[in-house]
Amino acid sequence: MTSGGIGRSVSAWAAGAFALFGGAAWANPEPNQLNMTKGVAEWSPYAMHMVALWVCVVIGIVVFGAMFIAMFRFRKSRGAVAEKWSHSTKLEVVWTVIPVIILIFLAHLATGGLTSFADTTNSEMTIKVTGYQWKWRYDYVDYKGKGVDKVGFMSKLEETSNRTRQLKSNLDPAKIQVDGYATYLLDVDKPLVVPTDTKIRFVIVGGDVIHSWWVPALGWKMDAIPGIANAAWTKIKEPGVYRGQCAELCGQDHGFMPIVVKAVPKAEFEQWLAAQEDEAKVQKAAQTAQTAPAAPAPAPQG
Amino acid sequence: MAHAATHDHHDHHGAPKGFFQRWVMSTNHKDIGTLYLIFSLTMFFIGGAFAMVIRAELFKPGMQLVQPYFFNEMTTMHALVMIFGAIMPSFVGLANWMIPLMVGAPDMALPRMNNLSFWIMPFAFLLLLSTLFMPGGGPAGGWTMYPPLSLQGESVAYVIFAVHLMGISSIMGAINIIATILNMRAPGMDLLKMPVFVWSWLITAFLLIAVMPVLAGAVTMLLTDKYFGTNFFNAAGGGDPVLFQHIFWFFGHPEVYIMILPAFGIISEIIPTFARKPIFGYRAMVFAIASIAFLSFIVWAHHMFAVGLPMGAEIFFMYATMLIAVPTGVKVFNWVSTMWGGSMTFETPMLFSIAFVILFTIGGFSGLMLALAPADFQYHDTYFVVAHFHYVLVTGAAFSIMAAAYYWLPKWSGNMYSETWGKIHFWSSVISVNVLFFPQHFLGLAGMPRRIPDYNVAFANFNMISSIGGFWFGASQLIFLGVVIHCVFFSKKKAADRSWEGAKGLEWTVPSPAPFHTFDVPPVIHDDELAHGNTEH
Repeated sequence: MTSGGIGRSVSAWAAGAFALFGGAAWANPEPNQLNMTKGVAEWSPYAMHMVALWVCVVIGIVVFGAMFIAMFRFRKSRGAVAEKWSHSTKLEVVWTVIPVIILIFLAHLATGGLTSFADTTNSEMTIKVTGYQWKWRYDYVDYKGKGVDKVGFMSKLEETSNRTRQLKSNLDPAKIQVDGYATYLLDVDKPLVVPTDTKIRFVIVGGDVIHSWWVPALGWKMDAIPGIANAAWTKIKEPGVYRGQCAELCGQDHGFMPIVVKAVPKAEFEQWLAAQEDEAKVQKAAQTAQTAPAAPAPAPQG
Repeated sequence: MAHAATHDHHDHHGAPKGFFQRWVMSTNHKDIGTLYLIFSLTMFFIGGAFAMVIRAELFKPGMQLVQPYFFNEMTTMHALVMIFGAIMPSFVGLANWMIPLMVGAPDMALPRMNNLSFWIMPFAFLLLLSTLFMPGGGPAGGWTMYPPLSLQGESVAYVIFAVHLMGISSIMGAINIIATILNMRAPGMDLLKMPVFVWSWLITAFLLIAVMPVLAGAVTMLLTDKYFGTNFFNAAGGGDPVLFQHIFWFFGHPEVYIMILPAFGIISEIIPTFARKPIFGYRAMVFAIASIAFLSFIVWAHHMFAVGLPMGAEIFFMYATMLIAVPTGVKVFNWVSTMWGGSMTFETPMLFSIAFVILFTIGGFSGLMLALAPADFQYHDTYFVVAHFHYVLVTGAAFSIMAAAYYWLPKWSGNMYSETWGKIHFWSSVISVNVLFFPQHFLGLAGMPRRIPDYNVAFANFNMISSIGGFWFGASQLIFLGVVIHCVFFSKKKAADRSWEGAKGLEWTVPSPAPFHTFDVPPVIHDDELAHGNTEH
């Protein structure tokens, strides 16, 4: 924050807001949730959002308050007689300058947020995300400065949600639960597994049309566009399962391509990654064994 | 008095007798204005019907009514019909009716072109709506038509031709309005004495001329990409899908203001009338509209904060967007100051105007929040955005149009509408519209993306509330239809020439209903008679 005063008032506002909205630290959408999640990552727009919200609430109270006083005091039915004035340079200067000052304050905060978001350097791992109609593909590119060998998979809506979401299926969406959380349309067959406390760089591309990769708990979304490699980063602080969805209209099943990020402690992640690499090797060996007898080597698939 | 003047020693006569002659061949600004208003009201109900389908499917989790693809057709068509069919033509209709009356002109400057610019519209929309009945269905890629998705549709050519027609209509309408305002004002009606509504339309018309060709260019590139093998937006051929978004929003953001500046004008006419006090800071109001119009050209990429712009671009567009809050704030403060010290009554037009000021400002607040790029990474493409633009478009633009309709209906029809039913319409609308759109803020913040036909059970309660508000708001508009039909055809209460006690301006010096021809002889202007005649600062 810019100064102690502003910092203190910001945190006071945030605390007030927190009390107002219940204060639960949800990461995934909850029934009757009113406010944005604080998120679980190092970078979060939550504070920015709360400051802007409270600035708007305060201005709203002042403006609408003045308006309601005017509507009460200056009614013809109460015998109000219209005054003749229609101008005041002093007032107009005041209400041009004050908003400008408020905006400069907001712009300062937002610029800081943008600068830290744009800095994808010094990341410890890279994951390539590709959006397809209507599923996601994740490829692990490198981890701790070392290339990852052929770990990548498709991630799509899991089967019970998929059956339930068919037109007139008459299946109850509320029944689909994982650990007591209703996961209808927010669960996949194979989640993206990532380590906590690691700066992860995402390279996000589109395979066919434009998609947008969004997990609210990570605090941002980034479009997946054919022909463009977008970058974004996160550093997740708490282990957990974080759910999101495609945010850019991408055709008929746009609403049915969820994202699940499973954040696990580093050691656990390394084990998982090693297992995946082994599996990839085994598969590759099996494939070579299968294709070996064919005389001319077939063109590589995909 | 004025009535006599309009019929003095001129070989003009009343409206043509034949229906075809009168309405299809019309060159009369009042009749064409009426046509525009009827057309836009029809489109309002058609677009509203699409919205009802959307809200019905979203009533509860699970797919109950329509296939996802049809749902996407509904969201796309709802937007296209409401923007190009309801809001824009209704403002043009108001301009047609009121601008000549407000500046003391006998008609629009280019009456035959006026006829053409209206009659293109029904065909454009016939073409657009017909796609719903074709194999392959209507457009389903969103009204923004982002490639590559929009190019997967089978109705591309129809939609693009329809958009071209709408664009031609808008451009001709805009030229006509500019020509009328700049050339046809009565002597003494200086530019800075014009009603704010006329000012707002003058500026809007320039925006239209500037950006409709840009939209035409963008969709033409879509057309050639789809059918003629070009690769403007095809990454595989060296093109760039984001280029489309830049071009589209270079049109799209001024377009947003095309739909709100005339609303500012309307509200700036109505509040002084019912506060019985001149508008506060007339010049500031005009300059504010002009600065908003200017800024609208340099903020387009705030619709694209999540496409991966370079940081410098994000910062520029964020700052420029935030700057819009300043002139918009001036307008809101000035409306409140106009009320302050007035002598207010609360007839239906005033109620809609007050609701406009409050609810449009709420839409402005969420707009300011959306302008902050880091926060927008979270808000973008969620129901928070849906709530935002419906606050500015429904409780903003649409409410201002309803306010205008109630305000000028006595002048148009010669009859007073039913104040009781007008107020019932107002209260029913203003409550239901908040039930409809306010919970959508929560849905967006909680993580519900827009344009999805089905959702997680966490979003169930607010969606159900929103849908109930939606059906209620939709039904409330049938009251509006009833009030208008009653006023025009059945109301026994005749309207005075000056239908409202505090009304000032030339339109109130002609009889009610306004005769077929007015101001054949330019009126003599007394500054006291004008709404803004004595603004000497």
